[in-house]
Formats: sequence, structure tokens, C-alpha cells
Amino acid sequence: MSTATTTHDTHDDHGPASGLMRWVTTTNHKDIGTLYLWFSFIMLLIGGSFAMVIRAELFQPGLQLVDPQFFNQMTTMHGLIMVFGAIMPAFVGLANWLIPMMIGAPDMALPRMNNWSFWILPFAFTMLLSSFFLEGGAPAFGWTFYAPLSTTFAPDSTDFFIFGVHMMGISSVMGAINVIATIFNMRAPGMTLMKMPLFVWTWLITAYLLIAVMPVLAGAVTMMLTDRHFGTSFFDAAGGGDPVMFQHIFWFFGHPEVYIMILPAFGIISAIIPTFARKPLFGYSSMVYATASIAILSFMVWAHHMFTTGMPVAGELYFMYATIMIAIPTGVKIFNWVSTMWRGSMTFETPMLWALGFVVMFTIGGFSGLMLGIAPVDTQYHDTYFVVAHFHYVLVTGALYSIIAAFYYWVPKWTGHMYDEKLGKIHFWWSTIAVNVLFFPQHFIGLAGMPRRIPDYSLQFADWNMISSIGGFAFGLGQVFFLYIVIKTIKGGKKASDQVWEGATGLEFEALPSPAPYHSFNEAPAVK
Amino acid sequence: MIFKRLAGRVVAPVSAMLTMFFSASAAAEYELNMTQGVTPISRELYDLHMTVFWICVVIGILVFGAMAWSILNHRKSKGAVAADFHESTTVEILWTLIPLAVLIAVAVPATGTLLDLEDTSKADVNIQVNGIQWKWKYKYLDEDIEFVSALSETSRNAVKDPTGVENYLLDVDNPIVVPINKKIRFLFTSDDVIHAWWVPELAVKQDAVPGFINDSWALIEKPGVYRGQCAELCGKDHGFMPIVVNAVSEDDYQKWVLAKKDEAAAVAASSSQEWTQTDLMAKGQEVYNKACAACHQPTGTGIPGVFPGLAGSPIATGDVKDHINIVMNGKTGTSMSAFKGQLSDVDIAAVITFERNSFGNTVGDMVQPSTIKNLR
Repeated sequence: MSTATTTHDTHDDHGPASGLMRWVTTTNHKDIGTLYLWFSFIMLLIGGSFAMVIRAELFQPGLQLVDPQFFNQMTTMHGLIMVFGAIMPAFVGLANWLIPMMIGAPDMALPRMNNWSFWILPFAFTMLLSSFFLEGGAPAFGWTFYAPLSTTFAPDSTDFFIFGVHMMGISSVMGAINVIATIFNMRAPGMTLMKMPLFVWTWLITAYLLIAVMPVLAGAVTMMLTDRHFGTSFFDAAGGGDPVMFQHIFWFFGHPEVYIMILPAFGIISAIIPTFARKPLFGYSSMVYATASIAILSFMVWAHHMFTTGMPVAGELYFMYATIMIAIPTGVKIFNWVSTMWRGSMTFETPMLWALGFVVMFTIGGFSGLMLGIAPVDTQYHDTYFVVAHFHYVLVTGALYSIIAAFYYWVPKWTGHMYDEKLGKIHFWWSTIAVNVLFFPQHFIGLAGMPRRIPDYSLQFADWNMISSIGGFAFGLGQVFFLYIVIKTIKGGKKASDQVWEGATGLEFEALPSPAPYHSFNEAPAVK
Repeated sequence: MIFKRLAGRVVAPVSAMLTMFFSASAAAEYELNMTQGVTPISRELYDLHMTVFWICVVIGILVFGAMAWSILNHRKSKGAVAADFHESTTVEILWTLIPLAVLIAVAVPATGTLLDLEDTSKADVNIQVNGIQWKWKYKYLDEDIEFVSALSETSRNAVKDPTGVENYLLDVDNPIVVPINKKIRFLFTSDDVIHAWWVPELAVKQDAVPGFINDSWALIEKPGVYRGQCAELCGKDHGFMPIVVNAVSEDDYQKWVLAKKDEAAAVAASSSQEWTQTDLMAKGQEVYNKACAACHQPTGTGIPGVFPGLAGSPIATGDVKDHINIVMNGKTGTSMSAFKGQLSDVDIAAVITFERNSFGNTVGDMVQPSTIKNLR
């Protein structure tokens, strides 16, 4: 008993184990957060290199570099890697690093499960990527893997894809359970729910979305598996099934999924703007309610991805009305951010630039989203580059921008070093110009009639495609530059103060030194 | 009230910029915006699109204007001192209710248009459209006309260097012809995966789902050639299955119907003739390049793991009955479709003969069109 007490007393001081095993066996939320973030960065570069192949092939009309089958593998894997490998793990990494520090907890509630939920991912993605080397190549049916293209007509490697999706689903659900358990059980005394930072709130809601829909995705791929190998006909009309049912199931997962990728971003932006406006967030409680409304609505709008599948007109009307309703809570968020800035005392350090870029360009993505929600006009928009432009505005200049903003905002707290402000600003302006050159023209070619997922196009789309490709290469290069900034910041830099930013609030800035110690909050901090 | 003050200062320059942008681009409008099309529905869609677009522009000007104003004036470097307000129930109720009103204003016309769009009743011409990897089959239900339409040879041969090729990837060997000023109802289905038949100027985009029938309609007011593409990823050559609709006067349409029927009769007659090996081989090569090469590849190698090769394959070098069977009836659960619905007796006989005596296959036999005819 007394020995146990002694070991416990020295617990405060132990740092990380040394060597590679530190990372394999770690149960520390900061280490696991770091693993997640590096993993997602690697995936961003891999998924990004696929995008470069796509843009290179589309640089000019004609088939120059890859054959159409490989092109389809690129679009498929680009989508899967970016959604499941880059964006989602990055948010889980941020949750790991930040949630315990923000709510005054020593670690995540379930540290061993935390280790496990990360370490499944490298295996899941190795399996997915290994499909490139199988006969028949990688999955080539789009990240939405519509049946029967993904069942009866798919290459053998589809089974690797199915198993990979199962593994990443398990990882996500475990991560979500951990977030919920941590937030409900480990808040410091006085940290009531309505005092939690919005990042914690948005992640709590995201975690529920994950638990609700990842099993639906697992169900969809399992049905695919049994259709492929065990004689079922879920998605085969010849056996009494329905290919469109696949789309209903997929999008019942898929639409909440897009909010999984954006709600934590709302939390990040809601942390950064008040700091640099030196003014509290406008409408905190309406932000919480808006997030919850968006999450609930996200379950009721899935078939707006399917307006051309031959739904009954009553169904189309319902899904149109429900979809455009989402503009209201989303609008509330934008208005709240602008009001937070209004009559503030703003400075424009790198995180603020990325956050402002987010607000502007996410709103543009929101506008095209509203347009896409108008069911009759979706006849012309559906499955064109207009849709590609739309979801890249919300996912790249939305989700990814928020992740990069979060890096610049919190990295001084994580490493104790300030990043290089000049390089950060160059990164922002370079990326922002490039990303608009990349995606804005895609609105035009989409409206002018270019379908998505085609390896070659008619000559009238040539100019904008070339411009878009140039933007794409520049944006890709910008993120390699980001890698350099990240490494440089980890290795050294101006020492960060404990508060880091003049206007920063929250436990991680007010109650912890920079860098935050390996074990933070061995005693619960006082919450005002 | 803050917004009112701001609107005055921001709206003018921004709207001036937008006007400049749009008038400058008016000359090349086809490259930037949705087509107005040639049907009543396509124009309604365009109008609705522009309405929502301008609503978004106005909201954008207000939101980005407020942001810009704030960024320019409320900065620390200008000595701005932060205010401390952080909520206002009135403002928050307002900016929930105003967008709601705007959305209702948009939803009303959208509902009307959607109901028009979906009303396929009382059609004058009915055309069934089958999506097949990677071509379209059209069946005129009132006229007993049926044919397959695929990417034109000019486009197919230009993929390495399409410079200067007219209507590259938007041209077919066999366009559909329809009369103007008639309500045309299209019924969509598919033989294999999901395709989507899209012609922007007709404002028709509808999924062709295997095992199900969807429908849509168009009333074309202007004669002309209208081009479109498949809009749902359907496998390797998704980008290479265009659509060409030739809209003509009622008279010309009737003439075309007669000509098409004569053509069909001639094809049927040719299958009773006896063909020579040389003629079958020549015809077979032509058919192969059009109907088979996309998967089995021009040299018969296939794509390992995706599409089997024909060079030395057990079917193409084995019993001719099996070969005929698989070409005519396809292979369930694979991309190999039943070609008896797509090719004539002569085409099938020729292509089988060709496959058995090419790519290093030296079976030496040949298949006569009459054999195929008897198997139908």
C-alpha cells in the first residue's frame, strides 16, 4: 500500500518513455494526438498526390498520362483518403490534444482504447492502399461506391476496401466513445456544460454523429460484401433488391458524415476569432443550439444527394425544404462570427487569417450548397463540376482551413515554440490564392456542362481546366511548404508565453504553461 | 441598424465590380453559366438558378461587407478598443426569421417548377433509353425503331490529341432524332450499372437504374443539335458515352422514321446472305473496335483483373457454341452484356469470326449471320 502511494507520488514527473515504443504503447492523450495529426498529414500528402495526378490528366483535353481505369482509381482513392484518412483523423488528433486541456482533465477517459483506436488506422489504410498492387487495381467506383458498380462490377480489391472501411469505422467509433466519456466524466469542478469551450461542444455533438452513422456505413459495406460473395441481392434488382437503396443507406451515413467533418471546424473558428478580436464570442448559447440543430437536421436531408434517382415528387419536395432549412442555423453561425469581430480590436496573426479565410470561403461553399438544395435546379447541377467546386469549398477551405488554423493557434501551446509568423502568412496567402484559382473556375465549367469524374473532356472546357490545374499544383506545393513550417516549429522557434496570444482565454492558455507538460492537470484547475 | 449604415458604403463599389465582371464575361457566357436551354423547363430552371444566385450575391455583399468594414476599421493597429457586447436576443431572432422568409420565398417558385418538371403525363413521343457500359440504346416505343448510339469514331481516335476535333467527346455515330414542339417522354433504365442521361439544353438529367424505370420529359422549341453526356460514374469509359439529340420539324422527323425503318429492313435482309471469311473478318474488326475494344482492348489483351483478354482465351479458341452464347447473352454478374440486343446478326457473326481468328487466335472457323438469326 505504501509503495503504491510512493509510485503514485512520483507519477507527476514521468515524461514519455524513450524510443519508438513510446509511440506504440503510449496512452498519453498528447502523444496520441500527435500520432493522429502526423498520420493525417501523411494521408493529406498521399491523397493530395492523387489529386495532382487528376489535375495533371485534366490539364488539357485528351488522354495523356493515365488510362481511364486508373483515373477512376485516383478519384476514388483521393476521396476516401482525404475524408477518412486526412480530415477525420486530424480532428480526432485535435480532440485528443485539446479536449483534456480545455476541460481541465488529466487525460482522455479511456487511454488504452485511445491507443487502440489510433493504431487501427495505419493498418486500415495500408490495406486500402495495398489494393493498388492487386490484379485489377484499386477500387475505381468513386468514394461514394454506388452499387452495382461497387458490387457486381467491381475489382477483387473491393474486399480489401470493405475490410479497410470496417477498421476505420471501428477506430472512429472508439474515438467518439472516448470523447463522450471524457467530456461527461472528466470536466473540472465548475466546468458546467454551458461553460465548455465551443470546440468541446462541437466535438461532443460530432461524437454522437459518429456513433450514430459509422455503423450505418459498416452495414452498407457488409451488404456489399454479402452481395459480392454470399448470394444476397440487397442492391441487385434481379434478386429483388434495389441499387437505389444503396444510395439511401450510404447517404444516411454520408450526410451526417459531412457535418462530422465541419462541426469541429466551427468549434475551432469560434475559439480563434474571439481571441484575435479581443472580444467574447457573440451568441455562445445560440452557437451551441445552432450546432445541435445542424446535427439533428443532418439526419433528415440525406436524399438531396439523390434528386435524379427517380424519387417520388413528394420525396423531392420534402428533401428540398429540409435541406434549405440548414441554411438557417449555418447562417446564425456566420452572423455570430461576424458580430464577434464587429467593434473588436483585431490583429491578424496567421491563425486569424486562416479563420477569416474559412469564414469567407466556407460561406461561398454554403451559397453553392443552398443552390444545390433547390431540387429542380439540381437537375442541372447534379454530378457536375459545380458540385465538385461546392464540396471542395466546404471541405478544403472549410474543414482543412480550420485544421491549419488550429495548428497555428495551438502549436505554441503544444511545442512551446512560436511558428515563424512570416512563413505562416506566406503559407496563408499562397494557399488562399491557389485554392481559389483551383476551385472557383470549377463552378463555371460545372454550370457550362462538364460532368464530374471524367478523365477527359470536350474542348470548350479546356481553358478553365488548365487554370484550375495550375491552381491545384500551386496549392499542393503550398502544403509541402506547410510541412516545412511544421517541422521548423517543432524543432525550435521563439519561446511562446504561457498565454501565447494576448486575447486568448480558456484553461489551456490560462492554467497551463507552454509547452503544456506531458501530464497536465494532476489537480483540477479552478474554473471561473 | 449597423448593417444599414454599412450597406450604403459597401454595396455600391461591390456591385459595380460585379457588374463589370459580368458584362465583361457576357461575350463568353456559355463558358461561365448554366445554359438557358431550349425547353420551357430549362428556362424555368435557369431563371430559378439566377434568382437564387442573386439572393446569394446580396447576402454575400452584406456579410462580407460587414466583415470587410470590421476588418478595416476595428483593428488594434488603428487603436480600436474592443467592445464587450456578446449577445442580443433581438438581433438573433431577426437573423433567424429573415433568412427563413427568404427561403420560403425561394421554395414557392421552386415547388412549382419541380411539379412541372416531374409531370410526364400526356406525352406525344415515347422513347426508352437504356444505359449500357458505355453507350446508349434508344427504343422508339411508338415506332418500332431501336438502335445503339455510341461515341463517334472521330472522337474515339482523337483521344491522344484532340486538338481541333469538332465536338470532341460530344459526338456519336447514331444520334437520336426527335420532333420539335412535341412532348417527348424519355423512359430510362440500364442493362448494367447506374448511368445518368443528361442533355443540359433539354434540362433532362435522370438516372438510368438497372431493374427500374425512371422518366422525364422535354418539349423542344427550337430545331438544333443538342449534346450531352453520361452524368453518373459508370466505370472505365464513363467519360466517353455522349448523347446527341437532333431536334427537327415534324415532317423531317417522319422522313427520318421511314428511313430508319428501311435501314432496319436492309440489315435484317443482309443476315440471310452467305458471307465470305474475308468480308466477315473486315466487318468483324469494325464491330470489334466499336463494341468490344473498350474492355477487351484493341489488341485483345483485356485489362488483367478487370476485363479478361481474348487472345488465347478458352472461349475465343474453344467451342464456337459457347462463344456465340456469351456474345449473344452476356455473362451475368459481369460487364459482359448481352449483345443480341445491341448488334445485328451480321455484326455478331462477323465479330465472333474476327475474335476467333485474330490476336494470335487461329481457330480458322467462321460464323454465318443465318446461324445467329436462327438462334434469336
